[in-house]
Amino acid sequence: MSSVSFTINGKATKVDVEPKTPLLWVIREHLNLTGTKFGCGIASCGACTVHINGQSARSCAVPATSVAGKTVTTIEGLSPDGNHPLQRAWVAEQVPQCGYCQSGQIMQAATLLAKTKKPTHQQIVQHMDGNICRCGTYSRIVKAIQRAANEV
Amino acid sequence: MNTTQTQNKPDVQINRRHFLAGAGGLTFAIGLSEGLITGAFAQSNDSKSSLSAWVTIGFDDTITIMTPTGEMGQGTLTSLPLILAEELDADWSRVKPEYAPPNPQIFGNPNPLLNGGQASLASIAVTGYFTKMRVAGAQARRILMDAVAQKWNVPLSELSTEPSTVVHASSGRKIRYGEIARFATMPTQAPKINPEDLKPVNRFRLIGNKSIGRLDVPSKVNGTAKYGIDVQVPGMVFASVLESPMEGAKPDFVYSADALDIPGVLQVLPLPFGVAVIGSTVEATRAGRNALKVQTTWNTSGVVAATFDSELAKPAYERHAKDPQAKPLDHFKRGDASTSLQSANKIIESSYWTEHCYHAQMEPMNCVAHVAADEKSAELWVGTQTAFLATVVAAGILKTTPDKIKINQQLIGGGFGRRIAADIVAQTVVIANAIKKPVKLILSREDDMAAARPRPMTYHRMQAALDPQGQLVGWHHRIVAENVDAIAAPPRFTARGGRDYIGWNGMDIEYYNVPNIMAEGVREVRGMRVQPLRGIGSGHNKFAVECFVDEVAIARNMDVLAMRLELTKQEPRAQAVLKAVAEMADWKKPRKGRALGLALAEYHGTFAAGIVEVSLNKSSGKIKVHQIWLTVDPGLVIQHDNVLAQLEGAAVYGLSLALIEELNIQKGAVVQSNFNDYPVFRMSDMPEIHTRIISSNAPPTGMGEIGVLPIAPAISNAIFQLTGKRLNHLPMSPKRVKKVIA
Repeated sequence: MSSVSFTINGKATKVDVEPKTPLLWVIREHLNLTGTKFGCGIASCGACTVHINGQSARSCAVPATSVAGKTVTTIEGLSPDGNHPLQRAWVAEQVPQCGYCQSGQIMQAATLLAKTKKPTHQQIVQHMDGNICRCGTYSRIVKAIQRAANEV
Repeated sequence: MNTTQTQNKPDVQINRRHFLAGAGGLTFAIGLSEGLITGAFAQSNDSKSSLSAWVTIGFDDTITIMTPTGEMGQGTLTSLPLILAEELDADWSRVKPEYAPPNPQIFGNPNPLLNGGQASLASIAVTGYFTKMRVAGAQARRILMDAVAQKWNVPLSELSTEPSTVVHASSGRKIRYGEIARFATMPTQAPKINPEDLKPVNRFRLIGNKSIGRLDVPSKVNGTAKYGIDVQVPGMVFASVLESPMEGAKPDFVYSADALDIPGVLQVLPLPFGVAVIGSTVEATRAGRNALKVQTTWNTSGVVAATFDSELAKPAYERHAKDPQAKPLDHFKRGDASTSLQSANKIIESSYWTEHCYHAQMEPMNCVAHVAADEKSAELWVGTQTAFLATVVAAGILKTTPDKIKINQQLIGGGFGRRIAADIVAQTVVIANAIKKPVKLILSREDDMAAARPRPMTYHRMQAALDPQGQLVGWHHRIVAENVDAIAAPPRFTARGGRDYIGWNGMDIEYYNVPNIMAEGVREVRGMRVQPLRGIGSGHNKFAVECFVDEVAIARNMDVLAMRLELTKQEPRAQAVLKAVAEMADWKKPRKGRALGLALAEYHGTFAAGIVEVSLNKSSGKIKVHQIWLTVDPGLVIQHDNVLAQLEGAAVYGLSLALIEELNIQKGAVVQSNFNDYPVFRMSDMPEIHTRIISSNAPPTGMGEIGVLPIAPAISNAIFQLTGKRLNHLPMSPKRVKKVIA
């Protein structure tokens, strides 16, 4: 067992886990923040995307021990009241269908808008291409990112 | 619609929570009967069912409406309550959907495909529940109005409603539904609702209202939406299962010492379907499963699938397509196709292949189960398309009755047909029963794929007969494939003499006015656990049909659109979607370096047409779809934006299946293991998608699957226009394309 201390959604947290435990399972099952999803376990689908020190990361492929002292943000912590421009845009464009991948999509999109205020279509596609949506909501995701970019 | 033989006999087992006034509301729990508890669960019974606990009005004006299906992205958690709310004249902002318990007696779908059963499949929820839920809404409204009429001592005819309010216009009095719920009593007989009592379409204010969004969307952008995989219950342990690589293979040698050495692993259980690793954390069970993986061997003696290889089997399929001894069974026939072929002036022939493909739902299969200490009851938490089937399966394992199984339906992180099979429920109940603790089973993506229930590999032999005038007079379509109904719906398979409804769906081209048609199937028994996948048989059959229509048109020197219009003269809805899509895409306009392809589809009453614009990289063999135009006629539109969303999403699913998705089978086992070797469509693969709804006065029909169907044939047809070469094998992957165009 290793003890890991980090900040998640603004709160200092300490967990005891086996050394190789992926951050994903710590977030989901130890901390019960289930908005972050498990999809593939090999960083291939993006459903588990969170922010580590402001950068998007696939939490299924990040050992929990590696976030010691760092700041982790999940979908639950993206905005205080679910009112991030992307979240509002996601509702306005009615993006989700099954919705399972959408936490990861939004978290991935958030790091794009954080550094590129008005991304081009190509920049959006490049940034989002690691996130699979099996319901095929990609066109609406693009529209929602553009809408959010125009709002901020 | 039988609404007369109902009695005021609330079923306390199912509805106690809602029915009692103490729950803070009034539930329209009339018309229930003992049949609910003791009767035939899978069949509706018109003499007993009809009206039920569909709606509860809270004293605080909240309106809870039961939704009989699961929500997997198709939108029925909104569209079905919306239908009831329309006739109830409910204030939509106060409506809360709630999952109906699995109880087909009350909540069954009257559509003939389910025949009173309760499940989320085949794009028939809106189709089947439309009238039933309208009547339930109208009855509830009438009961409220009757109560007010009595209380105010005014004739019913002087009362009307506005959202969630009964109005007496002449005195100016108004009363909210929540207030009425405090004094209204249930009549002994449900009010009779005649068709003329229902709202005329032009008075709908909820159905078809473009400003109404999906109720589940807000929870799906802030992490609060709860899927099966998110459930935690007190005292819960975790499980992973190293899934058996094929149906019937049992673990033979299991070396469990390494797994048991992993901190947190509690138990290793060899089971008939795989090896379960139980642990106190999910990470322990996953590590344990990986430790087992290398050394576990499987006993495949007597297992049919063990010798199946999807590549090596192909020559046999092709032989069976021509074999006079193959004993095909008819699926759809008109006239005499055989004579038309014998007497044809010209015969056109072709053949098509489609590979196995995998649902790839984003949420890996999972379930939480808790079996009671006496093993006679259980509670389940699961996102399923078939909650009722899950109770039957769980009850079968525990040797109890389905009413002893409580299901907590969760949101479904992608269904696409995968969550029709109750395999994950069965596995979890077996494990929970063995360990006597609540357990959450989560499959790894690798196990989810190993335990895939794919769309079958299919071979199609097509023949068309032209008469001396060049008219298409005969059509023969023979499919050779593993039969899905044999595995997914054995009672129906038997009852229909071995016909495969799911796998052969879409060969029935009733809307094409060809005088002589024979569509038939030959069964392969290969031991594959094939299951319905979005679009079911139409997914492969429309590929064969619509490509072949193009081949026939080209052989007749006809424009492929003109021929479809000629063949659908008697079917105005087909004509309308075809003409509209041609207009949208500017069908006649030549494209430099690109070409258009067209396809038409019908699925359980919905018509759609699609045109794709493609180009081809000849050196890599990669097809690029630049644009898609899709038109759809789903009859009356319930939720405008959701119709478009389903169409867009299904088109993407169809693109992915058409171009890249393929499961290969060797020695009975799935070769691929995760998204690295089973890629699916990503954002960079996307074309522009243009959609249009063609309104018709037809009753509402489903939208969940239709958009998949025109895509694959339209692409093949477009590539033919571009290259003169026919791609007749799905998926049209670069390797396969290069072979054909070389």
